[in-house]
Amino acid sequence: MKEIYLDNNATTKVDEAVFEEMRPYFCELYGNPSSMHFFGGQVQKKVDEARSRVAALLGADPSEIIFTACGTESDNTAIRSAIEVFPNRRHIITTRVEHPAVLTLCRNLTKHGYRVTELNVDGAGRLDLDELRKVVDEDTAIVSIMYANNETGVVFPIEEIGQIVKEKGALFHTDAVQAVGKIPLNMASSTIDMLALSGHKLHAPKGIGALYLRKGVPFRPFMVGGHQEKSRRAGTEATSSVIALGKACELAGQHLDDENTRVKGMRDRLERELMAIIPASRINGGGAERLPNTLSIAFEFVEGEAILLLLSEKGICASSGSACTSGSLEPSHVLRAMGVPFTCAHGSIRFSLSRFTTDEEINAVIKELPPIIQRLREISPFGRELLKKQ
Amino acid sequence: MWDYTDKVKEHFLNPRNVGDIADADAVGEVGSLACGDALKLFIKLDDNKERIVDAKFQTFGCGSAIASSSALTEMIKGKTLDEALGVTNQEIADFLGGLPEEKMHCSVMGQEALEVAIAKYRGGPLPVHHDHGHDQEQEGEIVCKCFGLTDGFLKKVIAQNRLHTAEQVTHFTKAGGACGGCIPKIKELIAEVLGEQKQDAPKRPEKLTNLRKMQLIQEVLENEIRPQLWSDGGDLELIDIAGATVQIAFRKACAGCASSGYTAKFVEQKLRDLVSDDIVVEEVQQ
Ligand code: FES
Repeated sequence: MKEIYLDNNATTKVDEAVFEEMRPYFCELYGNPSSMHFFGGQVQKKVDEARSRVAALLGADPSEIIFTACGTESDNTAIRSAIEVFPNRRHIITTRVEHPAVLTLCRNLTKHGYRVTELNVDGAGRLDLDELRKVVDEDTAIVSIMYANNETGVVFPIEEIGQIVKEKGALFHTDAVQAVGKIPLNMASSTIDMLALSGHKLHAPKGIGALYLRKGVPFRPFMVGGHQEKSRRAGTEATSSVIALGKACELAGQHLDDENTRVKGMRDRLERELMAIIPASRINGGGAERLPNTLSIAFEFVEGEAILLLLSEKGICASSGSACTSGSLEPSHVLRAMGVPFTCAHGSIRFSLSRFTTDEEINAVIKELPPIIQRLREISPFGRELLKKQ
Repeated sequence: MWDYTDKVKEHFLNPRNVGDIADADAVGEVGSLACGDALKLFIKLDDNKERIVDAKFQTFGCGSAIASSSALTEMIKGKTLDEALGVTNQEIADFLGGLPEEKMHCSVMGQEALEVAIAKYRGGPLPVHHDHGHDQEQEGEIVCKCFGLTDGFLKKVIAQNRLHTAEQVTHFTKAGGACGGCIPKIKELIAEVLGEQKQDAPKRPEKLTNLRKMQLIQEVLENEIRPQLWSDGGDLELIDIAGATVQIAFRKACAGCASSGYTAKFVEQKLRDLVSDDIVVEEVQQ
């Protein structure tokens, strides 16, 4: 059975070209970029090149890129730095639909005397900017709002948000882990102070991330020790991974158009066809601007894990917004925040495509999924009611 | 992905007895859309109204909920109503070769549906599990508001499955799995059940030499207690025994676990039940 991988918002495959680029930096060119000798020097050059490549994708200056271990580290660094540079500001703003990398940290900070406001979203997953205007004040140290949501793909109006934040002098951070490489970004003309990205979401390996830190923004390092990354992130760079991230960013830049035309086309077709064939289904975040690769679709009266298991029997890998897969018992916090009715939230499935996704794979899902939903609805007492009515 | 046994997968992929029985003698319904799982169970009795000749189900839920329902219908066919009532959720799980602990509530749901069906058939008071059973009489105090579970129900599940942490109670019943507001109360219930279990404690040796006592303590720790902690990803180490004082140190998930105090109490209770009344357990950091 050939696997059909449609869970790219969870993680992506390492592009062969990325792997080739990093390969020599394990057993041959294994020098430490901080060393004074030529052997380390050649690695340093390659790290510099990677930094430029990451910067290019973001429209940033290479000096504004700090390599980290992952998106989570970048998020933690940004938020912890902001509250340290503003010791008198005790307020943090984020959203209810944030990734745990931000949400858990913010909630933990309430135990240390910080006031945290979690902004609400509407049924389509959109923020209410008036709510933000009302809560941001002179006490706000940082506003951390994701660029695009990992579950629904909903994209937030980041620049408008940034304007509002700047008026109060707070720092603005965005977790752009899902957005980088999927939509065009340009830090040169942006209001973003700090931005987190993660390698394994854009065909680089796991365990490498970066933090964009705008020039002039005050900063306190999270990791201290040696002088790596201009003392902004101590610890010897994971050079091969850094080099891989650089290559992955370069390739992502080259594929941006493809992502927003061909990949988006496949996503739209999948969405259209499933909606047409399967009754009582809906798109989570359907009314909002979304990432080109993400489809979160809900099927009433069936439960997500059961759908995933049956899809998996057909070799199809997707993800679920249902609680049952994670061991927690409520639907995902994102769907709950959006007020998706329970009838749908438990039966939500996320398909996330990549540039390696093919039309044949999409065809396979369109063929295999409808009978799976039909079958589970026949088992479900509520689903049977629905089928009777039809 | 969950680590399901082949038997669970088999019953999920090819569930037995899906559907309804038009002239069923008893129908039991538990769960709801909001909870994420629900089960409707149909039972048909023989002409003498003694034995179950047919059972069918409809389930909304995850893989293990469907498999548990299928297993339940297979298990109760041929049984009298009383025999069927004796089927525990653990037996449903065993029939399937085991369920991940996080999914044990699926097996509890099967047992609940059966109780409701039989109670309805017999016309007695309906057992209260979930408050969304509309027509059910409220009995006992609701402990978990999110899932509508009463103290009586929770205590039964705690006792039957010998649960000793709030997390386990969540895995078995869902209580505590949403807002978590009921967790302190769940912990109280666990302590209460442990206390009750003490009263009808199993027989244990009358007089013990010191040497025998130490041996027994070690045996109980190895055979009774540690396996239970392992299943939670935890562990403990025996540090010392001085008279009736047993010093233990928690390891792995138990170390630094917020409810390790409860676990220590559980260990003490077990040792008192099975070895000697005067045992005091001390948790040491080592
Ligand atoms: S009251 Fe029990 S989880 Fe909310």
